[in-house]
Amino acid sequence: MIMKILVPVKRVVDYNVKIKVKNDNTGVDLENTKMSMNPFDEIAVEEAVRLKEKKICDEIIAISIGSAKSEETLRTALAIGADKGILIETEEEVQPLEVAKILKEIIQKNNPDLVLMGKQAIDDDSNQTGQMLAALLGWPQGTFTSKLEINGKKINVTREIDGGLETLGMELPAIVTTDLRLNEPRYASLPNIMKAKQKPIEKTTPGDLNIEIKQRLKTLKVTEPPKKEAGIKVDSVQELISKLHEKEKVI
Amino acid sequence: MGVLVLIEHDNQNVKGSSLNTITAAKQIDKSVHAIVLGENCSKVADKISKCEGVEEVFFVDNNIYKYHIAENIAPLIVELASKYSHILAPASTFGKNIMPRIAALLDVAQISDIVSVESSDTFIRPIYAGNANLKLQSTDSKKIITVRTTNFVATKTDGGNAKITKIDKKEDVGLSKFVKNELNKSDRPELTAAGIIISGGRGMESGKNFNLLEEIADKLKAAVGASRAAVDAGFVPNDYQVGQTGKVVAPELYIAVGISGAIQHLAGMKDSKIIVAINKDEDAPIFQVADYGIVGDLFKILPELSKELDKIKS
Repeated sequence: MIMKILVPVKRVVDYNVKIKVKNDNTGVDLENTKMSMNPFDEIAVEEAVRLKEKKICDEIIAISIGSAKSEETLRTALAIGADKGILIETEEEVQPLEVAKILKEIIQKNNPDLVLMGKQAIDDDSNQTGQMLAALLGWPQGTFTSKLEINGKKINVTREIDGGLETLGMELPAIVTTDLRLNEPRYASLPNIMKAKQKPIEKTTPGDLNIEIKQRLKTLKVTEPPKKEAGIKVDSVQELISKLHEKEKVI
Repeated sequence: MGVLVLIEHDNQNVKGSSLNTITAAKQIDKSVHAIVLGENCSKVADKISKCEGVEEVFFVDNNIYKYHIAENIAPLIVELASKYSHILAPASTFGKNIMPRIAALLDVAQISDIVSVESSDTFIRPIYAGNANLKLQSTDSKKIITVRTTNFVATKTDGGNAKITKIDKKEDVGLSKFVKNELNKSDRPELTAAGIIISGGRGMESGKNFNLLEEIADKLKAAVGASRAAVDAGFVPNDYQVGQTGKVVAPELYIAVGISGAIQHLAGMKDSKIIVAINKDEDAPIFQVADYGIVGDLFKILPELSKELDKIKS
């Protein structure tokens, strides 16, 4: 079976950036901040491209929901090896359940066999969308995946769980969310970055899909966590032990 | 309306995370029920029935729930959901896997990883790897919540006398099936339950060198953790990982060895009571959160630390 894969990708603050909370506590200041593709989504794109290289897949569609700038994130996915992009343009904050509803609409139009997506985005750290999408579609879900084996319509998903690893068997179509150890994403080569500029991106909006964006979770206040006071440097192991033993009484 | 708590367990023992989650539930509403799904897990249901503050325990004993397959559990919880205003689970891989599936079937949002209950509809949760705290209000009629267990104390496991109600239910939706698992066996405490944790980073240079940490861990009855860099480098398995994408811990004492202190690692351990950093780079960001730091070669410091611990023990 040759399959079609859909990969949702999110434009988020780069993982190396230390963010600042806005002075009026309404959110996080992202002006002039370096933005990148969510690292877990990059792993998802990489996995899809590897399946295409193995001729298990013949088409990869990347999809992003967000401002017009999310087109950059789609171009990155196209440069890694996706074939076409879909941009669902909106300036509003879209929360996981509505993201899942939008993706469901797109899936029903495009009929992918597999959706590969990041287990969480590193901005809101929700870790929900894949599971919600699987529920809405009535599909199986393989979450936090570190190994994906495909055998025709049957797949085995090895998951990173708290005590170790767990393997589940399921049939396509399915939702698979990626964990860190699934693969190491490649860097897009310059020729591929150039080629990506020619690949098609289809644009639409949540309204076109009849999805109403609701702020089910209202932001009341965003604050910085209390700062910890810098501690002291000790010169020797003996001094450390005496502090921990006699002063702090933690050992 | 009350709160329903999904109990995490391994069919034999209750996971500590469930006890913290019950505490969070009690802060939301006086009426707390719990549900135990599994196979041959009556011991777990008995134990939960004795937890302080739990009024009723639902107990579903069937092979199809043994491995907590989300696709099978979610519809059953949805059937029970009409009686509850809130449904809670720990924000472990157990809860994170199942709860969004339940939320979507109920057409409500999920509130992930709460660290504080402000009122029945207002909660605080960390975002951006814990670099910001979001206070939010849920406008949905039903709240599906996962709980960051390190921010809530464990409920007492005695004093309760809840009614146990057995539900005979078997609905294998047939979407996923368990194939196998490889659980790491260790005599050391689990990371999320340990009072002391010693973690290694890329500075450990190899997986073999984690022996140095294990030796100290055994003397301190500590758990061994790792940074994402150490996991990425293949030194240790992923379930050692402490950080934004791994486990969140808050022990009495956290010893970070050869860990530079990337944002994503700090997200997983900065709430520890006392933090000790051992690193050869005096500018490493880990020292900014450490209560005590030693700048130096960990391969000299760790054996010395091990010897000094013997002294205070004797």
